[in-house]
Amino acid sequence: MSRARIGGSPNRVGGIGRVTGSQQYVADIRLPDVLEAKLVTIDCARARIISIDTTAALALPGVRLIMTAADLPRPVPRFGPKFHDRPVLAVGETNYHGEPVAIVAAETKDTAEEAARLVRVEYEELPAVFTLAAALDPAAPLVKDPALRPNDPLAGTNVIREHHFGWGDVTIASADVVVENTYTFPMVTHFAIEPHAFMAAPDGAGIAIWSTIQHPYVLQKTIASLLGMPLAKVRVYCPDLGGGFGGKQQPKLEPLIAFTALRAGRPVRLVLTLEETFQAVRRAAVEIRVRTGCLSDGTLAFQDIESNFLIGAYVEDADRVVEKSNYMACGPYRVPASRIVARTVLSHTTPSCSMRGIGTPQVTWAVESNLNECAYVLGLDPVEFRLHNLARMGEAFIPGDTPADGRWDQVVHKAAEMIGWGSPLLPGRGRGLALGIKSGPTTGLSYSTVRLLADGSVIIFVGTSDMGQGARTVFAQIAADELGAPLDWVTVVMGDTAIVPYDQQTSASRSTVLMGNAVLAACREIQAKVRGMAARLHGLDEASIVVEHGVVRLPGRDVPIIEVLRPGLGPLGGELVGNGEARKDADPSHPLSGAPVFFEFNCTAIEATVDEETGDVVIVRHVTVSDVGKALNPLQVTMQDEGAAIMGLGHTLMEQYIFDEGGRIRNLGAIDYRIPTSMDLPLEMLSAIVENADGPGPYGAKGMSEGAVLCVAPAVAAAVRQATGVAIRDLPLTPERVWRALRDRPIP
Amino acid sequence: MIPTYPIELSVNGRRRRVDVAAHHSLLDILRDDLELTGTKECCLVGECGACTVILDGRTVDSCLVLAVEADGAEITTVEGLAAAGQVSPLQQAFLDRGAVQCGFCIPGQLISAHVLLAGNPHPTVGEIQESLAGNLCRCGCYEQITDAVLATAEEAER
Repeated sequence: MSRARIGGSPNRVGGIGRVTGSQQYVADIRLPDVLEAKLVTIDCARARIISIDTTAALALPGVRLIMTAADLPRPVPRFGPKFHDRPVLAVGETNYHGEPVAIVAAETKDTAEEAARLVRVEYEELPAVFTLAAALDPAAPLVKDPALRPNDPLAGTNVIREHHFGWGDVTIASADVVVENTYTFPMVTHFAIEPHAFMAAPDGAGIAIWSTIQHPYVLQKTIASLLGMPLAKVRVYCPDLGGGFGGKQQPKLEPLIAFTALRAGRPVRLVLTLEETFQAVRRAAVEIRVRTGCLSDGTLAFQDIESNFLIGAYVEDADRVVEKSNYMACGPYRVPASRIVARTVLSHTTPSCSMRGIGTPQVTWAVESNLNECAYVLGLDPVEFRLHNLARMGEAFIPGDTPADGRWDQVVHKAAEMIGWGSPLLPGRGRGLALGIKSGPTTGLSYSTVRLLADGSVIIFVGTSDMGQGARTVFAQIAADELGAPLDWVTVVMGDTAIVPYDQQTSASRSTVLMGNAVLAACREIQAKVRGMAARLHGLDEASIVVEHGVVRLPGRDVPIIEVLRPGLGPLGGELVGNGEARKDADPSHPLSGAPVFFEFNCTAIEATVDEETGDVVIVRHVTVSDVGKALNPLQVTMQDEGAAIMGLGHTLMEQYIFDEGGRIRNLGAIDYRIPTSMDLPLEMLSAIVENADGPGPYGAKGMSEGAVLCVAPAVAAAVRQATGVAIRDLPLTPERVWRALRDRPIP
Repeated sequence: MIPTYPIELSVNGRRRRVDVAAHHSLLDILRDDLELTGTKECCLVGECGACTVILDGRTVDSCLVLAVEADGAEITTVEGLAAAGQVSPLQQAFLDRGAVQCGFCIPGQLISAHVLLAGNPHPTVGEIQESLAGNLCRCGCYEQITDAVLATAEEAER
């Protein structure tokens, strides 16, 4: 079989540009006449803005425009995916450190930066909340003005929503053993190596926007609505992203840049510094109390879970993070009774948003750690304990919802085998294992257009964003396979809303499944046209012809599609066009507005040792196994799984925001906030997949880019516990934290 | 007006003259004046390695080198690694071994790996990891990048 076809691993489509430096990311695009922008911020989290004096800044040669909230329409427009609460610029009050109060546009970056420093903002610091404890205090200052929350019983609190899920009755469920613990997970940030970048330019009667955005069509809708323009007059360009990880899903500063460009009458460009991205995107910090009941034979009796997610000053998609992750909080198990209470808590900090795993790594850290605790208390093997309770294929483990869609037992067995579960351990070593499950997309709408040109080459149009996950390559493989084109004869067009058809979004590991199905459907439409051509050309009944995998199967012989296409199109040439659609409508009766299209399921197993002198955790072996249905490109699957695993080691071992008393991030930037480098890898990283072609995507594929990040932390903590006898319930497991725990370890 | 100073340097074998401000970095002039945007900008404090270039045979974070300091220097950027439109064996190995996902860190990774191999044609895994420790990859392709460097070294031996 060709390396390019489905199940092969051809080189990345778009790879050459990435190794030669010719790939243009947003910050690499030079528009003529562009103005450089710089945000004006104040050194304080929450403040009342008394006055903004731009006189000195405007006097600087080369400064073209300084905008404050006073220069925006009244009331200042607000936006957001569900709660329209984020103002284009701070209005009267800032709500987190780094929130822009003005923007400068100047001829050069130097001038813009200097002018931003010259803008004098007089302000009065106001009481603020930066932690869950402070935000939940009944006397806490309110992040959101209750007047903006009419008819909301929670308007007098900092809780934006309180979600209740569960089934059965935990208050009467009987258990032989009850284990209760509280776990915490800190704020971490996406840290895409490409900082967010935005450009806007007046474009006739409309506007053109360039953005490092995962969802170009969400951005188009947002800008059109804020500017009162028709969708067709808002053209969004999103060149391939330098990493997204969820942090580039929702519009952030694009509305501000759009207003600035329209007012300046010229293109305006804003490239954030890494420090500014820390103040723009982060994962929610979480505190979760888990009370698990078990029978003495290890059968789960109930889960009673209460979680508080500390989000930022504006809701963005953070409440979706809370509901989606907590709905699945009981994991992939048969749990007779459950009660889940999850609160979305506002604070005067950087707005949190979705990040790889959408809240599931936080919830899984707590719940899987508590299951390891249960196994320990019951004296059961953690693997046997899990297998005993694990949902079998087809079992409705969440009552009334999508049943278990994979042979998850195979995943667990494989991971256990690869880590050497049950084999003797060297002294000072420990092993840990955990399971992760995440709900896939709950709604979806993706369109694709595919054109088969007269020479057999192909152009695919999709609104998916390729942010490194490799969507471009997978779509090209599907078309190459179905239409019989060599892979380098396939062009994938993305990233321009004036050209590619609508796609809901690039998130939730959906694109291989949903857009993949749309591309496949478009190819099938072309195949049907080829079949009609072949019937005409050969005087056959269409029913006697099959077109599949690039081949026309005529009675008695197979011919390549091109041999039908060329004579079929005739001397004028032309092309065949196919359109495909993948749709999953919302279900208003479902707690998440829709049952998941698929689950992402992963088992991570760790062998670790701890340097007792320094508290340093050394990962000896890291095993990650995912159920992917069918790997359309096995190398890319490995890259996504291992990359997600390493990202998981980041929040497990080293990453966290540290705040000062004024709500400023103290470790702002790459020197003091560490992510894994090539020196922080496990001594051995082993990844594997389970494939049973049981997914809803093309050829049985499931989405898979988040699974391996979900349960790294509980697996590592369980290994540390076995190695040292110490259970740590707060992340990250920094050397300092581990060293302190070892120091305080009771003498046996 | 901010005063500027003329500098002359060789970039990817081509002599260039640029008038630079005293506070501008080598990264600034590569990207903004010479329009060589393959070299990437991320942390600006010498920690992420996205802006790594070769200056007189050694790797530097171009965000930490003042442009005036590069007067008279020989610079190689990622754009200079491919010869006559043909990617180098190292670049090809990055593609073949799956070392490239989003690609934003890759110019810096390639430059660091190129200099490593120039000075140490047969590095061990440990030496590769240490040499590339200053190049962050959030996609987490470290294993594949190491594989690509090893494969390039092995291929060169044949």
